[in-house]
Amino acid sequence: MMTMSRARVLALGAALALTAALPGSAQERVKLINVVELSGAGATAGTQWRNGIDLAVADINARGGILGRQIDIVHYDTQTNPGNTRAAVQRAIDEGTYAVLGPVFSGPIGASMQIAQRAEIAQIVGGEAAGLTRQGNPFLFRTSLSQAAAMPKLATYLKDTVKANRIAIVWVNNDFGKGGRDAMLPELQRRGIQVALDVSTEQGQADFTADAIRIRNANVDAVFVYLNEDESARFLLAARQQNVNKPMIGETTLLGARVIQLAGEAANGARGHVGLSIDAPVPAFQDFGRRYQARFNIASDHNGLKGYMAVHMIKWATERMGRFDRKGVADTLRGATITPQMEPGILITTKIEANGDLDRESFLAEVENGQQVIKATLPMINP
Amino acid sequence: MAELVAYIVAGLATGAIYALAAIGFTLVWQTSQTINFAQGEYVMLPAILILAGVAFLGLPIWAAAVLGAALFVVVFGLGFKLAVVDPMIRHGVLPLAIATMALAIIMKESAKDFFSSEAQTFPSPFPAGAVDVLGVSLSLQHIAIIAVAFVAIGALQWFVTATRTGRQMQATAQNPGVALILGIPVARMVMLTFAINAGLAVLASVLISPIYLAKFSNGDVIGLFAFIAAIVGGFNQVRGALAGGLIVGVVDSLAAAYISSSYRLAVPLVLLVVIILVKPEGLFGRREERRV
Repeated sequence: MMTMSRARVLALGAALALTAALPGSAQERVKLINVVELSGAGATAGTQWRNGIDLAVADINARGGILGRQIDIVHYDTQTNPGNTRAAVQRAIDEGTYAVLGPVFSGPIGASMQIAQRAEIAQIVGGEAAGLTRQGNPFLFRTSLSQAAAMPKLATYLKDTVKANRIAIVWVNNDFGKGGRDAMLPELQRRGIQVALDVSTEQGQADFTADAIRIRNANVDAVFVYLNEDESARFLLAARQQNVNKPMIGETTLLGARVIQLAGEAANGARGHVGLSIDAPVPAFQDFGRRYQARFNIASDHNGLKGYMAVHMIKWATERMGRFDRKGVADTLRGATITPQMEPGILITTKIEANGDLDRESFLAEVENGQQVIKATLPMINP
Repeated sequence: MAELVAYIVAGLATGAIYALAAIGFTLVWQTSQTINFAQGEYVMLPAILILAGVAFLGLPIWAAAVLGAALFVVVFGLGFKLAVVDPMIRHGVLPLAIATMALAIIMKESAKDFFSSEAQTFPSPFPAGAVDVLGVSLSLQHIAIIAVAFVAIGALQWFVTATRTGRQMQATAQNPGVALILGIPVARMVMLTFAINAGLAVLASVLISPIYLAKFSNGDVIGLFAFIAAIVGGFNQVRGALAGGLIVGVVDSLAAAYISSSYRLAVPLVLLVVIILVKPEGLFGRREERRV
């Protein structure tokens, strides 16, 4: 039988004690895996989301991590493919992620959310499609307003501010676009706004000329544009080429920093409702925007903010529990209201509904001279 | 009626760009009897190289365009011939075709990994907005694209038919063996053909990227439509590729306007099937017979 000398035992004990006292050491880490669109049609949104996560992880680790543990972040590219997303979520779970981050596109979320649900692991996503949180998945949480929450605000804006009675809708034929259109139509009907032209487009569509000509020749008061980032920019460019002089109304994406950057002058005049914006009169948003710009050399859109908040939702839930508990993260988040006083990284008071939807203040904005300008702040739906 | 004209002009503009890429298919076919499946990526990459010149070298856009175009013609025109076509052609047409598929993937993934997976703004050399022509509102950009593409294709036709070098190129394409006996520098002519293909791709890239935004995946759609255009018009005729490109562009535009954007990709494919069934050599192609 081997025996250790007292000196060796003491040395070993001291080494173990020292290791335990050092936050960020190899034994004191928590793994988070982000499953997101880094290529394909969702690359623009996914890259912003990833950047936001990276900034959050850097901030949290610099402040000592979560309960003293440093975060190891891993990103997997889904290529905006639902099948790849399912595989990536399964891989993340197999590799022991503490929670699943992403994806951003609603279609891939819908295709993969049951995997995290079966594993009883919280999945914090960037999607907006109303149907996602209607499926009774207690482990799915949004970082943005649901379409069901956003569309009534936008329809009211169309009626009361834009004074539109007849509009054209341009939407992308995927889960995000169809969900938005389906959520918007009854809201328009309720307010007596007629949809004179209903234009379905494809995810990844490159040429919007024909759609722009149709809208130019339609007798409408405004155009509701509900497309993903790249397509929003292409549509605005095509509309400008075709002299479409109707108000372009959007929900968050159309007025995002990335779309403004891609569309250039063609984005000027676009207006509507935005859920999150670094230009909003919220000092924490503006500070985040400056730090994001400094680190990544691009402006953050709402997806950058969402990614940042997603990591802080996990941090807040874990610290509230006082322990690392995968299932407990979801239990703690459901029904919670997180304020910036509780968790500065949440940036704005955020109420998490029982079904994973969010409620928080949002904004009306307009693009002027290549900048998103906030015109009004809208209150929470159920403060 | 005015609306229809606007759709047709828009279709002609994108069709002219498909035609430039389709001519590339034709040129490569005539010189090496193979299909360059990287043709779409040939149109995607020059814009990325130009933007990389601006981003990484700090060049002004015009200097980046000159450098990017020159680099592309050397690497993907002459280099493609020396590094891909020459080693593979002796093993037959199929290995060469597969090599071009591999090249397409390499070009696409390299653009994504070494530059960006995100769409990028590409400056338009033409003014924005529209003009009213006989009651029809037409995009200035579309008019300019049609004009530039037609001038380029016209210049190519003139070069091929009215110059000594062009005629030597034609002779090489028709029968390299006989051309060699007649003292024509066949290798140089083939090299020139590949350089012209690369040059046309650069032009198409500069014309299309302000509309589509510069993105690594742009080659997918452009390559597919150019391939359809080449088959519809006739794979062995430059004028066929031109006509095919314009037809596909107009059909695509009308499909988006009168059917649905959701089905627009299917309509050119239906056209392709019809052409294959009715006139397999293409609208302007000539039958090629081979003794086996």
